[in-house]
Amino acid sequence: MSTYSDRNRWSRQLHGSLVILKKNVLLYYLKPPVLIFGVLFPVFFFLAFKMGRNVPPGAVVPGMVAMALWFTASAIGPLVTPWERRAKTYERLISSPISLRSILAGDVLSGFAFGCAISVIPVILGLFLTNAEIANLPLLIGGILAGALSFSSLGVLLSAPPAASPSNIMLLSNLVRLPLLFVSGIFVPIAQMPTWAGWIAPLSPLSYASALIRASYGSVSYFPVWLCFLMLFVFTAVFFAASCRFHRMYRAKGL
Amino acid sequence: MIEKAAETESVIKVNSLTRRFGNLTAVDGIDFQVNRGEIFGFLGPNGAGKTTTVRMLTGVIEPTSGSATIQGHDIRGESILSREHIAVVPEQANVYLDLSVWRNLMLMAELYGVPRNRRISEGERLLDALGLMNKKDSKARELSKGLKQRLMLCAALVTDPEVLFLDEPTSGLDVQSARLIRKIVRELNNDGLTVFLTTHNMIEAGDICSRVAIINNGRIVAIDTPGNLRSMVRKRHYVEAVFRDQTPPLKKMESLPGVTRVESDQDVFKLYTETPGSVATLLVVLTMDIGLELEQLNTRKPSLEDVFLYYTGDGGSE
Repeated sequence: MSTYSDRNRWSRQLHGSLVILKKNVLLYYLKPPVLIFGVLFPVFFFLAFKMGRNVPPGAVVPGMVAMALWFTASAIGPLVTPWERRAKTYERLISSPISLRSILAGDVLSGFAFGCAISVIPVILGLFLTNAEIANLPLLIGGILAGALSFSSLGVLLSAPPAASPSNIMLLSNLVRLPLLFVSGIFVPIAQMPTWAGWIAPLSPLSYASALIRASYGSVSYFPVWLCFLMLFVFTAVFFAASCRFHRMYRAKGL
Repeated sequence: MIEKAAETESVIKVNSLTRRFGNLTAVDGIDFQVNRGEIFGFLGPNGAGKTTTVRMLTGVIEPTSGSATIQGHDIRGESILSREHIAVVPEQANVYLDLSVWRNLMLMAELYGVPRNRRISEGERLLDALGLMNKKDSKARELSKGLKQRLMLCAALVTDPEVLFLDEPTSGLDVQSARLIRKIVRELNNDGLTVFLTTHNMIEAGDICSRVAIINNGRIVAIDTPGNLRSMVRKRHYVEAVFRDQTPPLKKMESLPGVTRVESDQDVFKLYTETPGSVATLLVVLTMDIGLELEQLNTRKPSLEDVFLYYTGDGGSE
């Protein structure tokens, strides 16, 4: 049975996470690395994929939404902690009465909110500029929310290693994010990929988010919908638990 | 009696606190207590373990062994509760450069859960007290180092801490900022705030600290009031003499019983001794014997800097 002080403690920590979210919105949403790797990257990938190919515009919208979500939701995490370490603001943050878990939860929420907000743009553009139609709006919303949570947690996990410069962590994050992009059914449906890629696809959270988003636009999902949601929540839990562990391990490094 | 008990209540208790980094023992089983309402100075040369100690006490790093409590809360088992009582101005920390002065202040207050009305009124009061009101809407990156440090202090104080950790708060600051920070710290201490101050500035430590601990190679080598520390290091006591017109031969002064060495700085002579009273008397007799006139004669305790040097490698054992 929870006591008043337990509830009070939880609400203080939740409040702390929301303050971290507010700080991140004010400080990091418009930082160049976020805009370059979170917004411009997916746009240019989309253009590179679309140009010169005879693909109906509406058919690329689900992939575009999934890709935008992937890059944006996972863009905030790799920036925040390395930036704060370099700017010497991190020590003050971790000496506040907010647990490291709450600080990281705030970072996850920051990526989550950023990813959800930006991925609405290709959804709207797809509706107005292409023949893409949303067949199942709740599924699309659920896919975006679950995917954003998972990708954002991955981003926070990637920010754990101490680095001399935030760009080192952005490089590391791209080393992880780019290969997964190509095996997750964004450009080519998983069913049409080579056998080896089909084996790797289930290891990527993007595969499940992509499958959900495709299904919401009326395609047949490669994975069952329930499995997609389950796997995205499992990925979120694993990434977040690993983030807490590694951030704790490295928290005093590079101060 | 109750008031007396409250005065000596320990706010920070440290027992056998140790921190190792690989093979290096940065802090080696230190013990001390900080009483309520003290300004406790923590002195030591670079690499002695000051910042590591502060980082352990403020929850930034975990001790390898030993324990410590802040307001009765264990820094490991009740880390968050212990941190609710403190505010920190770390040595190398910075404010958020892309946020305004006011936003920086409010962000820190929000993080500590200070209610809205209170954080606004306290924030304005502190900006005014630390001369930052006219910079309220400026970006923090536009501030000088001294003004940034004042903002750091504001951001720490707006959380209404019971214990304030200051790690080299005036290092490298302009005279005005350093003096203002010292003045504010003194005033806050008079109002009951407990301050844990690490500094290299011996004058500052001697001037404002109730007690000081000296840490060297990860171990506490001395802990007492500045006055008592100065009295304890007997080899650093000296007799200071200024003579009119002529000076007695250096060899004669060195041969006086009890004098360990003589230093001269222009016309001021320092005769180091463990028995300054008797050496002063002997010096008067000597000057009379050789027909000289003393202009000034004083017995002096060592400065806190002398004490610090004595304990950290320049003095040998007592």
